[in-house]
Amino acid sequence: MNGTLTQARAKAGPKAGWGGRVLWFFSMENRFLAPLLITSILLAGELSFGMLESWGKLLLAIGTSIAAELVLGRLVAGRWPNLASAYISGISVGILVRSPFFWPYALCAGLSIMSKYVLRWRGRHLWNPSNFGVSAMLFLYPAAVASLSIQWGNTLAPMIVVWVLGSLILSRLRRFHICATYVVSFLALSWARSLITGNPWLADVAPLTGPMYQLFIFFMITDPKTTVRGWRGQCAVAFMVALVEAGMRLMDVVDAPYYALFFVGPAANAAEMLFGQRAKAPQPC
Amino acid sequence: MNPVLAQKKGTARVLVAVAFICLLLGPLLYQRFAHRSASAERQEEALRHYGMSLREVAADSGIRFTHTVPVVDAKLSNIAPMVASMGASVSIVDYDNDGRNDIYVTNSSPGSRNHMYRNLGNGQFVDVAEELGIADLNQPGTGVCMGAVWGDYDNDGYPDLLVYKWGRPELFHNDGGRHFTRVTEGSGLPAWVNAGAATWVDYDGDGRLDLLIAGYWADDVHLEDTPTTRVMPDSFEYANNGGRKWLLRNMGNGHFRDVTREAGITSTRWTLAVMAADLNGDGWPDLFLANDYGVSELYLNEPYAGGRRFREAGAEAGIGHSPKSGMNASIGDILNSGSEAVYVSNISEPGILVQGNNLWVPDGGGTTHYTNLASVMGVELGGWSFGAQFGDLNNDGYLDLYLVNGYVSGSPGSSYWYDFSQITGGNARIISDAANWPAMKGRSLGGYQPKHLWLNAGDGRFEEVSQAVGATDKLDGRAVALADLENNGALDIVVANQGGPLLLYRNTVRPSMDWIELDLEGRRTNRSAIGARVTVRWNGQQQVQQVVAASGYAAQNEHRLHFGLGPKAVIQSVTIQWPAGKRQILESPPVDKLLHIVEEP
Repeated sequence: MNGTLTQARAKAGPKAGWGGRVLWFFSMENRFLAPLLITSILLAGELSFGMLESWGKLLLAIGTSIAAELVLGRLVAGRWPNLASAYISGISVGILVRSPFFWPYALCAGLSIMSKYVLRWRGRHLWNPSNFGVSAMLFLYPAAVASLSIQWGNTLAPMIVVWVLGSLILSRLRRFHICATYVVSFLALSWARSLITGNPWLADVAPLTGPMYQLFIFFMITDPKTTVRGWRGQCAVAFMVALVEAGMRLMDVVDAPYYALFFVGPAANAAEMLFGQRAKAPQPC
Repeated sequence: MNPVLAQKKGTARVLVAVAFICLLLGPLLYQRFAHRSASAERQEEALRHYGMSLREVAADSGIRFTHTVPVVDAKLSNIAPMVASMGASVSIVDYDNDGRNDIYVTNSSPGSRNHMYRNLGNGQFVDVAEELGIADLNQPGTGVCMGAVWGDYDNDGYPDLLVYKWGRPELFHNDGGRHFTRVTEGSGLPAWVNAGAATWVDYDGDGRLDLLIAGYWADDVHLEDTPTTRVMPDSFEYANNGGRKWLLRNMGNGHFRDVTREAGITSTRWTLAVMAADLNGDGWPDLFLANDYGVSELYLNEPYAGGRRFREAGAEAGIGHSPKSGMNASIGDILNSGSEAVYVSNISEPGILVQGNNLWVPDGGGTTHYTNLASVMGVELGGWSFGAQFGDLNNDGYLDLYLVNGYVSGSPGSSYWYDFSQITGGNARIISDAANWPAMKGRSLGGYQPKHLWLNAGDGRFEEVSQAVGATDKLDGRAVALADLENNGALDIVVANQGGPLLLYRNTVRPSMDWIELDLEGRRTNRSAIGARVTVRWNGQQQVQQVVAASGYAAQNEHRLHFGLGPKAVIQSVTIQWPAGKRQILESPPVDKLLHIVEEP
């Protein structure tokens, strides 16, 4: 859940006129769009339902994330990095990690950023940073950490806001097909799962209507740095994430979406690089 | 690239990789080796190490009670173990004023009987509920018992009984400790409440005990025969479609009047525990509601138009922000600071739902504001927690904490957690309809969980010793009550388990530890002295306790207040602040005694 929209570099400022400004705001050139979107989601969730464990834990996650990015960027890459990506990782960790303790927030944020600098192949990082951090925490520290699943009141209104905003922005960025593929796949596979398990279909669909999935769909699986290129490839990977997730769900794996992306995302990236379809030049962290 | 620079970067990468691996696995290794609970010890060793040891003696004491669970409509059969997961309660009362604590427990299946275990004083108990007329309270069509709470509503010197149910609440008058007369008809009690909790409280200071009954399920739900499956909470953490609350003012003639609205209580949350106690030190009882599927609520008792009225102040007090699954409310002066913390139990299941229990410690400084220090003090992670009680279990002068856990123990090794986590994250339309919930098929949900006994070290930390001192059961604990059942100055532990046997943990405490117990009787104040606040000062320390009715989940502790004092204790004073206003001081009372104190005129 990192840098969906921050890939682009601002080549030009807002164009003249209100229409131009609006178009620019929702364009790939606006590197602040993703941070603004996720900040809006956070504020809306917190002010309406108090979704955060605490502001202190969120700030700890953001602070750790930014500090790690600054230090590692300077130390390893030899330059001062753009902090938008680290901000998104920190805020993602602050929302997605649920723990009564403080230390998991710092640890998860730190691991997320470090994974970008350590787990690299052919000059690229393979894992979406916060997907790696959250998955690692859930797997290694289950006694202290769970994932966001319930907040936002189980009501539809906040979901609609996120859907509309997210869809609008991702459409402009030409990445909406990734979300759509995943959602359609999830719905179809949940129907198949309900046939196998005998559970009500709505029970299997239920997670898709919760807040965690909105963040997962709009921020994590669409991260440009850790998704393959090409419309078809992206759709195939989104489907594979849903498929692996469905398999894990049949094995009662609670955090199936994180783990599915954890395995499928890097594998797809590696395959793409291996077969030479991805730019070979090393890219910045 | 400059070779020196490249080498530096390479070194940096290696260092970062090492740090990454250390961060990834370091805390894991630390946790594995640093947080080992004290393991089981022999009784003598436990006594030497912790100053106490427990032995489960229910059967040996003549107590052979197994709770049976409610039966719900077949439409809810897919999740019946969850729906019918409550009803095991325990309350301590000396119903016949013979100076010995007796035990009353509720049953919950249709036609099942409640039991009153009379304390014979020789370590033995005998069930006398039938002859007292308080056994047969689960008759079909009247609902099922959820708990009982004792208070002398007519000030005749004998504690009366309210049994609250998912159904018709029942009021019994205590006829001199010989028999109970059902006085529900004409008392003004509501015809049907799906009650999760209830307590006695003199909220308006008129010397008569009033009643608070808190609804859990919505008022129109009849679980044994429901036309709809849409009965579940509409949110797992923000549900507001629970039962209404009933504040019933004691009019003094055996009649209670519903004053809920005019008293400012509007909650329709899913309440599972209530604590009526003076939490802000103004001399008036406030109400703390621990709510399932949402935030807790704090109703402060304030003056209003010549009377009293409650104002919900949970958010401003700091407790009303982070919604969890509140299932317990108990209070204790854990720091011997003269103010009481509130313990609220929630759900913690590794990797799935780590809510953590709350220990709301008052910030002090004259404000009514709390900070959750459960993590700092080490009492945060329990399990699927229900009842908890504070009490000085080793008489060292600091209040300890006993917590029961365990929700539904199904087939060993099975788990419903995946399905539970899946459905509870869904939209309100999905979660609120029981038909959408996957069938449990005999699977466990938070079952077979160990209990926790945290000894208060006195420095702001608690140490977990349950296994070491003998609290080893893994039943589905619901209510826990503390009482000195042998009149020997040691708090014993009685645990009511859902669908399981009643447990009696007899407590042996190191004999060198002193104690004092105070049994208060009001005169201008209500006869049960509920609301009285006692401060004991000894050896340069002080501790505050209040007389309350309900405490914990579906439980009531002994009426007397028990203070552990540590070794070689000399008490400077005992100060009793009676609700009617009188302050009564006992100078240098003896230790290791039970004192009966009557309110001075």
